[in-house]
Amino acid sequence: MTKAHLRFELNGEPTELLCEPRQSLLEVLRDELGLTGTKEGCNNGNCGACNVLFNGALVNACCVLAVEADGGSVTTVEGIAEGERLHPLQRAFLEEAALQCGICTPGFIVAAKALLDSEPDADEARVRHWLAGNLCRCTGYDKIVRAVLAAEAEMR
Amino acid sequence: MQAFEYSAPRTLDEAVRFLRRNGAGEPRVLAGGTDLIVQLREGRRQAALVVDIKHIPELMELRHDDRTTTIGAAVPCARIYGDAEMRRRFPALIESASLIGGIQIQSRASLGGNLCNASPAADSIPALIALCAVCGLSGPDGERSIPVERFCTGPGQNALRPGELLVRLVLPAPKAHSGAAFERFIPRNEMDIAVANAAAAVELSADGARFVSARVVVGACAPTPLLVHEAGEALTGQPVGEEAIMRAVEAVRAAVRPITDMRGSAAQRRHLAGVLARRVVERAVERARAAR
Amino acid sequence: MVLEKERTYQVIGTRPVRPDGVDKVTGRAQYGADIRLPGMLFGKVLRSPHAHARVRRIDTSKALAHPDVRAVVTSADLPEPEDRVQELGEGAANLRELSSNVLAREKVLYRGHAVAAVAATNAHAAQEALALIEVEYEPLPAVLDVRDAMREDAPLLHENLRGKTPEGPRAAPSNIAAHTCFNFGDLEQGFAEADVVVEREFRTKMVHQGYIEPHASTALWNADGQLTVWTCTQGSFPVREQLAQVLGHPISRIKVVPTEIGGGFGGKIPVYLEPLAALLSRATGKPVKMQMDRAEVFEATGPTSGTWSKVKLGAKNDGTLVACEATLAYEAGAYPGSPVTAGAMTMIAPYRLEHVRIDAYDVVVNKPKVSAYRAPGAPAAAFAMEQVVDELAERLGIDPLRFRLENAAHEGSRTPWGAPHPRIGHEECLEAALSSAHYNAPLEGANRGRGVASGYWFNAGLRSSVTVTVMPDGTVSLIEGSTDIGGTRASLAMQLAETLGIAYEDVKPTVVDTDSVGYNDVTGGSRVTYGSGMAVYEAGRKLIDEIRTRLSKHWQRPVEEIAHADGRFRTADGQHDEPFKEVCRQLMTRGEGISASASVNARGGAGAFAVHIVDVEVDPETGKTTVLRYTAVQDAGKAVHPSYVEGQMQGGVVQGIGWALNEEYYYGDSGRMANASFLDYRMPTALDVPMIETIIVEVPSPTHPYGVRGVGEVPIVPPLAAIANAVYRATGVRQTELPMSPRRILETTLGVE
Repeated sequence: MTKAHLRFELNGEPTELLCEPRQSLLEVLRDELGLTGTKEGCNNGNCGACNVLFNGALVNACCVLAVEADGGSVTTVEGIAEGERLHPLQRAFLEEAALQCGICTPGFIVAAKALLDSEPDADEARVRHWLAGNLCRCTGYDKIVRAVLAAEAEMR
Repeated sequence: MQAFEYSAPRTLDEAVRFLRRNGAGEPRVLAGGTDLIVQLREGRRQAALVVDIKHIPELMELRHDDRTTTIGAAVPCARIYGDAEMRRRFPALIESASLIGGIQIQSRASLGGNLCNASPAADSIPALIALCAVCGLSGPDGERSIPVERFCTGPGQNALRPGELLVRLVLPAPKAHSGAAFERFIPRNEMDIAVANAAAAVELSADGARFVSARVVVGACAPTPLLVHEAGEALTGQPVGEEAIMRAVEAVRAAVRPITDMRGSAAQRRHLAGVLARRVVERAVERARAAR
Repeated sequence: MVLEKERTYQVIGTRPVRPDGVDKVTGRAQYGADIRLPGMLFGKVLRSPHAHARVRRIDTSKALAHPDVRAVVTSADLPEPEDRVQELGEGAANLRELSSNVLAREKVLYRGHAVAAVAATNAHAAQEALALIEVEYEPLPAVLDVRDAMREDAPLLHENLRGKTPEGPRAAPSNIAAHTCFNFGDLEQGFAEADVVVEREFRTKMVHQGYIEPHASTALWNADGQLTVWTCTQGSFPVREQLAQVLGHPISRIKVVPTEIGGGFGGKIPVYLEPLAALLSRATGKPVKMQMDRAEVFEATGPTSGTWSKVKLGAKNDGTLVACEATLAYEAGAYPGSPVTAGAMTMIAPYRLEHVRIDAYDVVVNKPKVSAYRAPGAPAAAFAMEQVVDELAERLGIDPLRFRLENAAHEGSRTPWGAPHPRIGHEECLEAALSSAHYNAPLEGANRGRGVASGYWFNAGLRSSVTVTVMPDGTVSLIEGSTDIGGTRASLAMQLAETLGIAYEDVKPTVVDTDSVGYNDVTGGSRVTYGSGMAVYEAGRKLIDEIRTRLSKHWQRPVEEIAHADGRFRTADGQHDEPFKEVCRQLMTRGEGISASASVNARGGAGAFAVHIVDVEVDPETGKTTVLRYTAVQDAGKAVHPSYVEGQMQGGVVQGIGWALNEEYYYGDSGRMANASFLDYRMPTALDVPMIETIIVEVPSPTHPYGVRGVGEVPIVPPLAAIANAVYRATGVRQTELPMSPRRILETTLGVE
């Protein structure tokens, strides 16, 4: 099995590696590149724990082959903060206690960032609709939605 | 996941050449991947070669002219509902594209892929049929067209011949006094496979009082999405009103052949088919009356 | 233990940011699957395709011949286990059964039962290798329904299972593992006094905890016999114990390192992958990492019981409950041990009842062995009891909350387990619900209904150990062993800060491995903020005394003249008066470290009540239920961190909503769960629920220094019944089966069948 040579921009940095075509973007991020912030929850596109931004769009990394990322750009949760400066969403999640076990949090942060970047005035209904692809089992979503709305207010 | 090779052809001819390849294992087309990658991982489909068609211009184009709209087979749902002219011309298709999975799925999943996957419960197919979409195919023997209602031949099976590829969907531009709608029933509010779904497209008289023509389609109630001719006939020429709509609903309930599975019972699906058919016909009528 | 009630707290009751928060919002926190070690191999499990079969032969030779495979193990690689029971902290386990569940011996008892495990150089190869292991099965008839399993002609899972009964073991083997009876008063007399009697049967399906993180463990069996296991678990010490027993390895040579955990709810207490990874590491000499995929989590971990129950309740015309007769039968899954007795106890705990008889049956079926799921046993029993209570109240024309208030258990009332209730808060919760904005807002509109329900759950005490150490700058490190699932680093740090009178930011909590701290029971049973909190309190008080002893030399005063109050140390004559941090800084420069440890085995707490109110709308054409508004009232004793208490309430409510409306293990005839994925095992999304309003009632617990009651579990107890009661009022039809899916509601309201 010949490996593919993959070159793409990852969290703003040029990255290259060899991978097999059957490896998903999720596998490559976690197992080859050691970025374990993106999580596997279901591996079939139903829980959003593996959310990343791929060429600017919100995707499930488990449903993208790594080789498809060649020449593209990927942003993971590790690329959301700027050094020590947390993104308003990250701060809001902490202040609003919008995480309990935290496993779904990276996926929600990436998904919410994609929302706020494209719809800075989303209301509660739109926030819930946008986040319907991200499962949380601990919080019941209440504080997550409040955190997103709080971050949105701050970013305005 | 089994091992496979990957290629990303830049032209349609190149793609067709890859798809003709015989030998051990099938070549499979990769558009959005939200079905294929999961199926390969779970062993429900096999592939020795995955052909990524997203770098072929014809597969990715979305364009409108006075008479038609052309949607490349790999155009993701997010681009469909992000297109202002699509929203204006085909609200029913926007409804479909907005309901397949969630936002993450819609960034990648395409109407073409949804159609080729040929699930009886597919959310894009009823509206495509109602809107008289035509499939443009390309293969070793050249190009051909099939109306969408003849594209699915069974659960998970379609009319593509070996080496053939779905290139585009072509829809006629909507006529005056016409409207269409799509609705699906799921137990949650998002993320589920349809228990039943339905689409209707109607053309009304200029005063909005009569049906000039109608197409009613139900999904998840038969081995393929079902264009219920009897329902359209029950409406055509009739005054817009309860009597005609009731007969269309009865025709739908008589036409469906639903099964019982983990997503719903046959009786429930038959019942819902009628409920949804009524709702989409009524909404299509509202849209037709509001349209110029 | 002195109850420091009626104080104004400095830290308790505030809402600081949790100390592990930054790592969790940046993706830096290490969960079970995030462990990476050099030279790591990857393991996968071969699982039975049959729900019930004998295992005749296993041939691993072809798998071993695969170029990337390094080892294959079966039950032959495990020692013969003892047939004894081990307390795990949220239920006990029979070690022989635990070992057989880890790797099947002569029989497989459910589809998904582990049969062999493989280690290879990459996960894809390990998966491929599974197909090369040849297993010869002799399929047997399977039984999947709890009532079918109780019949005399049912296929037997365990040929020697002679179930326990109040009269002694059953004469003949059956699938009934235990029959327990709660019996007091005189049932005949009770029902004779009743003016109204309601009797109904109920059914619920097997459901899963649904934690988003699949199980993942990594093991390294060193050449010197030291075994280290990194795993996402609710209890690193119980895991260590289980590993020692299942592997037959000395406990002193096992270290369990708890990673961060992506949810547990009781499902991450038994071991599944840990022993397999250990065996594979021993066989290969390399670290071995294993993670389950989502289908394996559904099919091969520990969901909770599907149930059948019958409840008969009698009341007088004035609204007094007089008698309750019930039969509960719960699925245990493949091995004995369902939470049926907890169901029996909690269903009547909210009420004063003189005449009670509950027969509780624990029944094995060919499904995965059940594990605890948040207030195990209680939600299904409340689904039954709280609907019958509702129906009685309706028949008598009494408001459902007032009816409960009339009959509410309070301090001194007899509990189903014999001892009287200590100070509890059921009445206070009911009063708060009655005066809530939600309950007083009219519900208007067609197809809408409002339902209420009460619930009770215990408050485990159990064992906790912590060590507190002063740092050179006068801050304090808190070493603890309770996995932090929902914010307990924060709630424990807050209690230590309160005890010492210092700022929350001056406490640094760390969760450590089993070599680094004394024994800690599981994070579960609503016990960490409560029980580990007591250990923290004790350690804090010991530290204060240690510091006073040092100050006695430093300040040249007798110890008795040195007091600690409001975060300061003072001498009686007022000559010295300094804050904690400053005192510690000075003492630390003189050389000796200052630390204190505490181990507690706390008595169980007083338990907690919850009362829920929910408004729903049911679409009459589709049977779909929308939750319009939800209010959860709960007695927290004393809310240490109110945001996290609210979070527990909201999370439990939404799990309850999913359980009530859509979640179920859907079985075909073959004993295969047809919906083993998040696509068709339908848990609520953000779009399916509204904001969840919370009302925290505080009736201080008499058994904790700050009045804390456990809060994590009781919020899942009322929702099933509250929603069922609301659906009844919206549709006029009582739902006695779960889930109340659109399909089920169409069947029962429109006869669509």
